[in-house]
Amino acid sequence: MNKFTRINSSLLEKNIEINFEFNGAKYKGFQGDTLASALLANNIILIGRSFKYHRPRGIVSSGSHEPNALVEIMYKDFAEPNIKATTVELYDGLKAKSQNCWPSVKFDLMSINDKFSNFIGAGFYYKTFMWPSSFWEKLYEPLIRKAAGLGKLSQSKTKRNSEKGFLHTDLLIIGSGPAGLISAYIAGLSGVRVLLVEEDFIYGGSLNNESFYISDMHPQAWVKFILKSIKKLSNVRIMKRTCVFGMFDHGTFGALEKLKDSKIEQIFWKIISKKALLCSGSLERLIPFQNNDLPGIMLSASIRSYINRWGIKNFSDVLLFTNNDDAYSTAIDLIENGINCIGVVDVRENPRTFDSRIKVYKNSQVINARGKLYLQGVDVINKDGNTKHIKCRYLGISGGWNPNIQISCHTGVKPNWNEKIHAFVPGKNNISTHLKASGSANGIFTFNECILDAEKNVIAILRDFKIKPKKYQLPLIGKQASDISPFWYVNYGSKRKWVDLQNDVTVKDIEMAYLENFRSVEHLKRYTTLGMGTDQGKTSNVTGLAILASLSKKPIPEVGTTVFRPPYVPIPIDSLVGSTIGKNFKPIRLTPTHIWAKENGASFTESGLWLRAEWYSKKNELNWRETVDREVISVRNSVGFCDVSTLGKIDIQGKDAQEFINKIYCNAFAKLSVGKVRYGLMLREDGLVMDDGTTARMSENHFIMTTTTANADSVYRHLEFCHQCLWPDMEVHLISTTDAWAQIAIAGPNSRKVISKIIDPEFDISNENFPFMACKEISICGGVIARLFRISFSGELAYELSFPTQYALSFVNYLMEIGKEENIIPYGTEALGVMRIEKGHAAGAELNGTTTALNLNMGKMVSDNKDSIGSVLSKREGLNQSDDLKLVGIKPINSSDQLISGSHLFDLSSKVNPQNDKGYITSSCFSPTLGSYIALGFLKNGTDRFGDKVNVMNPILKKQFLAEICNPVFVDPNGDKLRA
Amino acid sequence: MIINHPLLGPRDISEFVYLGDASLLKRPSWDGNKSEEKFYEYLYLRDNVAGIHKELWFHQYGDRSWLIVTRNTISHEITKVELATDISKKLAKSNE
Repeated sequence: MNKFTRINSSLLEKNIEINFEFNGAKYKGFQGDTLASALLANNIILIGRSFKYHRPRGIVSSGSHEPNALVEIMYKDFAEPNIKATTVELYDGLKAKSQNCWPSVKFDLMSINDKFSNFIGAGFYYKTFMWPSSFWEKLYEPLIRKAAGLGKLSQSKTKRNSEKGFLHTDLLIIGSGPAGLISAYIAGLSGVRVLLVEEDFIYGGSLNNESFYISDMHPQAWVKFILKSIKKLSNVRIMKRTCVFGMFDHGTFGALEKLKDSKIEQIFWKIISKKALLCSGSLERLIPFQNNDLPGIMLSASIRSYINRWGIKNFSDVLLFTNNDDAYSTAIDLIENGINCIGVVDVRENPRTFDSRIKVYKNSQVINARGKLYLQGVDVINKDGNTKHIKCRYLGISGGWNPNIQISCHTGVKPNWNEKIHAFVPGKNNISTHLKASGSANGIFTFNECILDAEKNVIAILRDFKIKPKKYQLPLIGKQASDISPFWYVNYGSKRKWVDLQNDVTVKDIEMAYLENFRSVEHLKRYTTLGMGTDQGKTSNVTGLAILASLSKKPIPEVGTTVFRPPYVPIPIDSLVGSTIGKNFKPIRLTPTHIWAKENGASFTESGLWLRAEWYSKKNELNWRETVDREVISVRNSVGFCDVSTLGKIDIQGKDAQEFINKIYCNAFAKLSVGKVRYGLMLREDGLVMDDGTTARMSENHFIMTTTTANADSVYRHLEFCHQCLWPDMEVHLISTTDAWAQIAIAGPNSRKVISKIIDPEFDISNENFPFMACKEISICGGVIARLFRISFSGELAYELSFPTQYALSFVNYLMEIGKEENIIPYGTEALGVMRIEKGHAAGAELNGTTTALNLNMGKMVSDNKDSIGSVLSKREGLNQSDDLKLVGIKPINSSDQLISGSHLFDLSSKVNPQNDKGYITSSCFSPTLGSYIALGFLKNGTDRFGDKVNVMNPILKKQFLAEICNPVFVDPNGDKLRA
Repeated sequence: MIINHPLLGPRDISEFVYLGDASLLKRPSWDGNKSEEKFYEYLYLRDNVAGIHKELWFHQYGDRSWLIVTRNTISHEITKVELATDISKKLAKSNE
């Protein structure tokens, strides 16, 4: 191809050649081309095969309403299917290929479907694949999966560079055609903050397709002229390659920007605007007749746009078929550019004469298209019933115009039928005050009226904003015609007439659906798939509806319209995600001692967002079990420490703090004295356990509550709810201090010895003066503020020490140094877990959202004589059955049998089946202290069954063991060690 | 969706966490007559309103206020946003 084969267009840069590939062959286009225009310029008309019948299909339109020309775009290591060739901005190195065909687009084996079309009409799947059911898995489903679907996903994990962002504005203008440009100009000039958004990669909308002069300027020159004025206004932001795809509640819009020559490839914008103007223009309709899907049959105005915007010259022998005046503009542009226009077939009796050079076949209809892979001619019938064959290579159809109203319907506003233009226009109700449609999106088609409509609407918005319009001038042109006579489909012949090209829905399919009583428009859509797919029926919906209306002999507005939902164009899922994937979606929280742990051999485990040290391996240790066993034994024999900063910490202060906490926990808290810590069990209002932890009373009106790591957020939210919504008069203040305080557990018989060396000498932590469950504000290491709690999760003599987070790293180094004598070791979450199982302490696996205080053997803790969240409903019958599950300990008879969490418990006397299920295991581990695997679990009547033997079943791993039920407190059941 | 916070002005939905029907403010008395039945109704029985609905939203990524949002469940229009504390204080007063 050379540049002289193209007509001059100011929108095509013929100095910049672009190389691209289609189906493996190399072609050239110019800057400004779309893939579709470049293919047309290279005489490529056949683009792909249709979805169901694999019929040859070509380019129909020149925008995002394209039903046919879907291609797969290949990137470095992935491919994106179902891309409309009409919306792809050509770039150097672009590689595209046809879809739905094998082995090639010209010879497609699946086109055999077309021969059997009589058998696979509307509702085929529903009717055929009903029986026998066993055929589904073996035959039907693999068959359908192979044949169905538009395009194929590349299954590559590659993700485009995406971002998300917010845009705030006062007036959003969607579309930069005549209405959009003039609205942005008037509003911007008057000082309104405006955002003008254009889907295309150039501004101007329909004006780029036209040749009529505006104020002595070529339309494309006028676009440049007004854009120049708009760009001078600092309060107006304009964006192209950005498609507003949806309107949501309260003036929120979704838009997708595709960037060119940028590291970031796409941005999902959430636009918040006080007002919006829908200036999205209108889309031309097709007219179904026999074989109207042949490549070469296009929309009339799209042919015009390929001539005027893209300078496509190689159309030849073009015939037009219309029910309205617009096709004559195409005819004139064809003639003016020296392209052979055979004539206009007009269904109207007396269309007015536009140009004596145009041959008009009035009162006639195109009834059939001829050709195999390309259009070769059509049969035209006149009012007397005489048929005539006309040879042509292209046919441009104009079946009238549908205002592009989709976005106006997204918040549930139903469109209205306009009798004058035979199309739907945006409906109105009180929510639509956010959005008004202007110009042809509002059903106003000629340039002058469109400008005046836009002016009227934008002035009304200025009035709402209480802004006086500045002086401006409107561009006006000579009179234009837009007469239309309703005409929906050609009712001649028995061959297929295509309504929805993308979904291969024919007039016959609609008739069949109607006959089979799928008469509501929503049923019709689902039965025939009319209006589904990537174009969402932009060229077919209204036509299908009109055919349904004529079948039911009802006016169109009575038949209704299908609901338009976002998105307006297909939106890749990865764009909605933006960059928030992986660690950007789930950021990592590091504990205060993380760096030290990493340097000292720790492996880490995820605990919510946190990374926690799970164990600290030594070089000679062969596996993690060996490490964990050593850590447990070291703690139980001497001393170890563990970073427990991830536990939620809530600082509670105020005159009514104690009363507040007493209402939050189900157990008694009213008498907790200063300097004491208590275990607290928190219920949900329905009586089930929400969380547990300890709360320390540091002073009269100051408490520190801890929560489990997992529930830190939700407990805090719950506390705020209780305070603000239930007991607002209580004087209490809550703040989360999880990140502010590092907390280190120091456990083991030698823990007191170690702590004594850290704390400043004026503090006495002897057993008499600082007994089990004591707490105190102290100072350590010569004046660092700290809090000491004598609490124990391991069952050993233990403390938790908290201090401001920034000291954590120097603290652990110091602790290791000072604890050398006692052989202090760090231990991880795994050893922590082993010791708490040995001690029978419930944790996340037991507080699993289904358990009650009773299940945890804490039923007696729920106080009867106070109001606390959940106390009333914890007493209900259903949660207090005689055979309720109880927390028990489980020991395998053979100590090397590894009990597995999730296994179920059965009586030895009963068969193993779901009916006889008696309980399940929640936590399990190897206990180095006992030299046996052990577990915690829930068993019906469990506390009465210590000593009984049960079957432990794991049907998934197909394992079965014999085990004995015992007290869940395996270690030190009397608590002597704690109190030592 | 935009919630017009009474203290902070219009805020995006992504800053909020939803809880449910604002009737959760009307927690029954624990020691009154038929308290179990009343708690059951309080916790489980809700009107499924097609129209004006009062609901609880928490400004989790903001000032941690609980808000009562009056929203039309059909049109999604929000007609009123109040601090839950203000409403619960009034409720407490009327119960005295």
